[in-house]
Amino acid sequence: MTTDTKASWHRNLFEHRSALFAVAMTVAISIGGIVEIVPMYTLAAKADTLAGVTPYTPLELAGRDIYVSEGCYNCHSQMVRPFRDETLRYGAWSRADEYQFDRPFQLGSRRIGPDVHRLGGKYPDAWHWEHMRDPRSTSPGSIMPPYPWLYEKTYDVEDIQASMKAMQTLGVPYSDQDIASAGENIQAQAAAIVANVGATGATAKGDEQVVALIAYMQRLGVDGRAALEAEAKAGGQ
Amino acid sequence: MSTDTPALDSSPAIASEAHGAVNYDDAIVKKFIIATLVFGVVGMLVGVILALQLAWWPANLGLEWTTFGRLRPLHTNAVIFAFTGNFIFAGIYYSTQRLLKVRMFNDVLSAIHFWGWQIIIVAAALSLPMGLTQGKEYAELIWPIDIAITLIWVVFAINFFGTIAVRRVKHLYVAIWFYMSMVLTIAVLHIVNSLALPATLTRSYPVYAGLTDALVQWWYGHNAVGFLLTTPILGLMYYFLPKSVNRPVFSYRLSIIHFWALIFLYIWAGPHHLLYSALPDWAQTLGMVFSVMLIAPSWGGMLNGLLTLRGAWDRLRTDPIVKFWVVAVSFYGMSTFEGPMMSIRAVNALSHYTDWTIGHVHSGALGWVGMSAFAMLYWLVPVVWKTRLHSESLATAHFWIATTGIVLYVVAMWSSGITQGLMWRAIDDAGQLAYPSFVDTVLELMPFYWIRLVGGTMYLGGMLVGCWNIFMTARGASASAASAPAAFAK
Repeated sequence: MTTDTKASWHRNLFEHRSALFAVAMTVAISIGGIVEIVPMYTLAAKADTLAGVTPYTPLELAGRDIYVSEGCYNCHSQMVRPFRDETLRYGAWSRADEYQFDRPFQLGSRRIGPDVHRLGGKYPDAWHWEHMRDPRSTSPGSIMPPYPWLYEKTYDVEDIQASMKAMQTLGVPYSDQDIASAGENIQAQAAAIVANVGATGATAKGDEQVVALIAYMQRLGVDGRAALEAEAKAGGQ
Repeated sequence: MSTDTPALDSSPAIASEAHGAVNYDDAIVKKFIIATLVFGVVGMLVGVILALQLAWWPANLGLEWTTFGRLRPLHTNAVIFAFTGNFIFAGIYYSTQRLLKVRMFNDVLSAIHFWGWQIIIVAAALSLPMGLTQGKEYAELIWPIDIAITLIWVVFAINFFGTIAVRRVKHLYVAIWFYMSMVLTIAVLHIVNSLALPATLTRSYPVYAGLTDALVQWWYGHNAVGFLLTTPILGLMYYFLPKSVNRPVFSYRLSIIHFWALIFLYIWAGPHHLLYSALPDWAQTLGMVFSVMLIAPSWGGMLNGLLTLRGAWDRLRTDPIVKFWVVAVSFYGMSTFEGPMMSIRAVNALSHYTDWTIGHVHSGALGWVGMSAFAMLYWLVPVVWKTRLHSESLATAHFWIATTGIVLYVVAMWSSGITQGLMWRAIDDAGQLAYPSFVDTVLELMPFYWIRLVGGTMYLGGMLVGCWNIFMTARGASASAASAPAAFAK
């Protein structure tokens, strides 16, 4: 087979000149990413803004790290789509601003279990306490594995402070005071969960990883829901 | 073997070039082949365990290291970076030397690339079950491992481009273009997506937040498919498929057009993973439109591969290598039709978050990637070990077991995905959810999960047959090496 003479321009221009070829390829593969990603920063000011979305508390941040570490995102999404069935099942559809403190994002790609973006406040703390130990005790037929080690392993305040410092550097509005007093803040939030769990007869100490995870799950979607309700109220007047 | 010149090219300058004098490094090719087989079995075994866990939850074993959430990243990383990575490195190290008529640029760099990559894989296999993760799909590995990946990739890039620089062939054959695009693009994707601030030795937070993080991640994630699971394997197809059937590539011009269109369009398609999210509409629309356009260059590649077999179709009946290629390229065509279709908003509304996505991924991974790997290996192993394939009938058996396994897997996941998607959206006469209990929509899928387990197990079984066949081929070669002059399989 003879080489197609009509295409010999390609041979002369690129195939004989590997450096130029590589540069041209790099340009070709860069354009799409630049066009799509850069405006996320330059147009950010025009995004729909929800007032009242605040950073995670130290305990919630620790819980979020546990959520990531256990790979919860492999089965649970955090993205309610703007469909009637999804808002009926989960609640208000997810807004961009609700994710502003999420590093990494956890939108997920497969719902082996239900979406959890509006999970906060849906069930009492004690429900989560039981559910994580034995998912079928609260959700008959569930295929979720139990997480007994979350009741044995503890979170570490200094570790959480290291995370807060990194988040602060990245622009999350934690003050130095917030980081210094993280210990008291954690104790207070954990004590409330311990009390709620204790009311049903279970005994929690407060430093178990599952307590941090419950704090995070009870926060999910709460700020956004409150902001949307406030907006709706203001619109109605 | 008649000649080492790629079948596409018969320009006299190259055809007449002496090639017998080059001392090619095939030891490194053998190493990558062995790693491909070892990690292929490991990655797919973990996949089978995951399939069992979904059908029968006690298979999570109640241990933190073996729960689905921690093992699933191990499966995806093992299949993408360990199995596919080693497979394409094996093919690239073999074909690049032949196409450029020169030994790899530097043997030390080759060795660092090989051993560095394997150490990274072992580090991944240890850290992911421990729950050490960055929580971004296919980019889970923690930041110290990310840095190691970057360094080893740079070593590979220097070795690869160094080989191009010292080549003894003036022009670059089409396979090399696809390899180049992989080396460049994976570097860009990995570095940009992995930018993160460490908080501790094992934990870091991405410099991007929320939906920007999501967009960067899926720009990475989709193009990991594009530039690790697609372009390098197309490059391998352009070398090994013509070699296997002794035919020239169908069209040089088509290869130019579909190469440039593919690498340019692919990069835009990431946002189709975020349809109906709060990502700005214009970005979602760009993702959808470019995904639909991708069908053209994808099918350009498929057609160039299949039409290369013109005049050799009779060998489809007899030659297991041709069988593997035809099914691999056909699955490539099928999944690159399915993908654009799933990127259309109306279809995505149903398919997203369901097993349809899992089925789509596996028709690509098991069908295109896995079958291409063995199409290449059944040709390459006898060549580098300088012997004949141990058993053609075992290779044919592998082909049928694997193909049946894929069909069972993919059909089960289509059924499962569409079933659950329809149940989620079903509204009764009162305007309420027809299936308000999420668990009910999961329990409905159990028969499909068992069928998927059977399909996946068959695919793994076929792979074990392939490993045995290749092991016996290599063993036979070393046994006869001393006594008889080597004979090529073809």
